[in-house]
Amino acid sequence: MLKHAFASAAFGLAFLLSSMAFADDVKVGDLTISTPYVRAMVPGAPVGGGYMTITNTGDTDDRLVAASSPRAGTVQIHEMRMDKDIMVMRELADGLPIPAGKTVELKPGGYHVMFMKVTDRFIEGQTVRATLKFEKAGSVDVDFPVGSLAANKETSHVK
Amino acid sequence: MSNRRRFAAMAVALTLIVGAGAIGYATFLRMPQVRAAGSLGAAFTLTDDRGQPITEKALSGHPSLVYFGYTHCPDVCPTTLYDMAGWLKTLGPEADRLKAYFFSVDPERDTPEIMHSYAGNFTDRITGITGSSEEMQKAIKGWRIYAKKVPTPDGGYTMDHTASVLLVDAGGNLRGTIAYQENADVALRKIKNLLQQE
Repeated sequence: MLKHAFASAAFGLAFLLSSMAFADDVKVGDLTISTPYVRAMVPGAPVGGGYMTITNTGDTDDRLVAASSPRAGTVQIHEMRMDKDIMVMRELADGLPIPAGKTVELKPGGYHVMFMKVTDRFIEGQTVRATLKFEKAGSVDVDFPVGSLAANKETSHVK
Repeated sequence: MSNRRRFAAMAVALTLIVGAGAIGYATFLRMPQVRAAGSLGAAFTLTDDRGQPITEKALSGHPSLVYFGYTHCPDVCPTTLYDMAGWLKTLGPEADRLKAYFFSVDPERDTPEIMHSYAGNFTDRITGITGSSEEMQKAIKGWRIYAKKVPTPDGGYTMDHTASVLLVDAGGNLRGTIAYQENADVALRKIKNLLQQE
């Protein structure tokens, strides 16, 4: 009996873990967050970029204002762009606007959430949980599967 | 001086000026992506990722790929080093003489140990280079790299920096650049051209 309970608990846990590896769309208020992923981190580098697509199906503008993760000392919302051949990276102090009826893509070479002060580096195959805080929709937990070093989309193992 | 001789002297002077201009312009055209004419590079004494001293002499006697970046860079630098490792692998023995260098624009935080584990994760063919800020500034200025520390509100900082890979020939001259995320075929052709220039 007890054995059976352990077995089903183990099965349940395994199911929970395996379902975490698939990044289903996450909904919060009028927002849908799809294809979240982070890149594997290079040994020696304490930072990692997180990417996702956020769609606002509502009638009011929203804004990603903050992010945090148990895996990182701080998580910032960044804009990265190329100014001719110079890489420019800035923290978005007022957050990232998610306009009503629009889809905003966080992707390599553009907007990203930056995990900083990471002590245990992200390794391909893991899942990193982060809490995103939106101005109107509120807070939501999102699981970011870890892709390859140069992943450019969810579960992409080659660039 | 007669009028005729004065005219001849002026003609010679004019020819020299125009000629020098044409040579200068032709040189400029051969290096379309170089922002300023003149020789690039500077003397420096830095440290490689194995803790050994390294100077500007590392950039002569063989062609080189030269990249300036830093390890606190979540996107452009790992992507570029990943690409560089891919080019070297694709070229195989053809690129045996080619050396690849990853200079840190953030030597304050990038110790040789950090550079070693970072670069070594992509390939054992990229040599990480760091050292004192003063010496690194010589390399940064010498190669006309843009690198600027930008403070973040939490007291940290990020670095804006040139994201192109420099193609340097055996004489230590800049022969071109590979832009961030340039098409792999174009990048490989540029490297092959560099290898054939000897």
